Amino acid sequence: MTATTTAPVATTPMRTTRRPSARLRAWATRAPLLPALIFMIVVTQLPFVATLVISFFDWNSLYPDARHFTGVDNYQEVLTDADLRHSVWTTVLLTVAVVLASLVLGLILALLLDRKFKGRGVVRTLLIAPFLVVPVAAALLWKHVLYNPEYGLFNGLLHYVGGPQPDWISNTPLLAVEAALVWQWTPFMMLILLAGLQSRDHEQIEAARVDGASDWQIFRHLTLPHLRRYLELGALLGSIYIVQNFDAVFTITSGGLGTANLPYTVYQSFYQAHENGLASAAGVLVVIGSIIIATFALRVVSSLFREEVSRA
Amino acid sequence: MSAVAVRLRSRRKGAGLGLVAWLLGIVFFLPIAWMALTSFHSEEDAATNPPSFAASLTLDGYREFFGAGGGASPWPALINSTVASVASTLFVLVLALPAAYALSIRPVKKWTDVLFFFLSTKMLPAVAGLLPLYLFAKNTDMLDNIWLLVILYTSMNLPIAVWMMHSFLAEIPVAIIEAARVDGAKLPTILTRVVAPIALPGIAATALICFIFSWNELLFARVLTGVVAETAPVFLTGFITSQGLFLAKVCAASLVISLPVLAAGFAAQDKLVQGLSLGAVK
Repeated sequence: MTATTTAPVATTPMRTTRRPSARLRAWATRAPLLPALIFMIVVTQLPFVATLVISFFDWNSLYPDARHFTGVDNYQEVLTDADLRHSVWTTVLLTVAVVLASLVLGLILALLLDRKFKGRGVVRTLLIAPFLVVPVAAALLWKHVLYNPEYGLFNGLLHYVGGPQPDWISNTPLLAVEAALVWQWTPFMMLILLAGLQSRDHEQIEAARVDGASDWQIFRHLTLPHLRRYLELGALLGSIYIVQNFDAVFTITSGGLGTANLPYTVYQSFYQAHENGLASAAGVLVVIGSIIIATFALRVVSSLFREEVSRA
Repeated sequence: MSAVAVRLRSRRKGAGLGLVAWLLGIVFFLPIAWMALTSFHSEEDAATNPPSFAASLTLDGYREFFGAGGGASPWPALINSTVASVASTLFVLVLALPAAYALSIRPVKKWTDVLFFFLSTKMLPAVAGLLPLYLFAKNTDMLDNIWLLVILYTSMNLPIAVWMMHSFLAEIPVAIIEAARVDGAKLPTILTRVVAPIALPGIAATALICFIFSWNELLFARVLTGVVAETAPVFLTGFITSQGLFLAKVCAASLVISLPVLAAGFAAQDKLVQGLSLGAVK
């Protein structure tokens, strides 16, 4: 897959020289790029092509001799299988819920942190910390230390106010996974939005305030339009990472209780069920989903990038 | 309303909102603080309801984690993670620095297309190539080999590094590099003696972010390693099913294994956004 966005025109300084040496020079310019480029193509693009090929085969690794070409049967099975269809739906639900919730929370935190107050640096550090816990460790923390119905912190705190003692993961499994992910991803959104807030034109805002504009009016008509692309960027990058999430689902529920998303299903169908063909078809579907998101993401990054280049 | 009155009003409101910010910061940090406190409690004190905030402190959780109670030692996993993260980060830097040079200082034709190609590979989900990689590793005896992870982590982080370094290198005045070239310096010399020293803070931040992503990775490590090359996150998955009283041990393990990431993250704090947004946000 390659970038489909129109990128800004390259400004290569071209000099008129004799033909052979010009070609040589072009290769000399390209040479430092080639190791990285070739490495990326070999390690990331070739395996995907292989996945694409395998997805058209009926192939269970426990019965390697029965391997044969089946056309789009695997896709049909993935799309009609109730469990797999459910995992597509779970992936959408998980991604949308986590991205939206962490984006809203991140925006609130970024707006609060954009103001000057005592200990702002400390609060910023406290807020970034959840993002810097190893994802598996964070999932274990939520599963055992917070959610545990008998001695978890949540029920412990509820105990003080005489509240109920729910079994969080069994009662609301998907929500339990989502909450843990929102906790980890809110700092990410906050950092991106904070960078957006700090790149605002502060003189313009000061002028609007002196002219009697209320905080809400300034937010609605100056801040929000400026933040739009940062919100888009956060949402899209967040989606790309969370669509692929494996750690939290694997750790908190092990894909049980209807929380298996596509990456987990792909993992399970070849690692435990040894269904190579089916797993590949599901993998290709994840990629198609990602390409749809990525096309938008690339457009946003490209527009921010063009602004950066034109400013330089 | 005068500007002074406006500022006074907003200052008073600012103090209240500062308090809200502090409150939210503490709420977000609370799980980590509780994890740290629990890791220093005895297993009996860790598993009580209501929670025992003031229980006496002990290092038993850490002793248990490091294998004092006869459990598996985490050291091989920690060493594997260190090898995978450090080696892949070094490879990333070696590949990304010349690439970024060819995309910013002496740009090739269509350099933006190349830049966006790197970015698009980052959007290809890991599961897309997982099965062929597994089959390849199985057939070439590379399963459970830490160097396979090194290669994969290099490919995982290279796009981020190319984007970040591209934006750092773009800030270097071309005249300095031209001067070095006129003096007869070859590319390796220019990169190590001229470009690297100027871009050092940016290169350091890039390295820290690549280190974090490699250290955190679970899916590849879980599928492609077993007993020998197990990494720290894979070691942690051993705690998924609860085994009696083990809360203090889980907390100690999570904290110790997260420590390098917390350290690297805080060290790279200023450049963290730029790395996470692939250089789109400064």
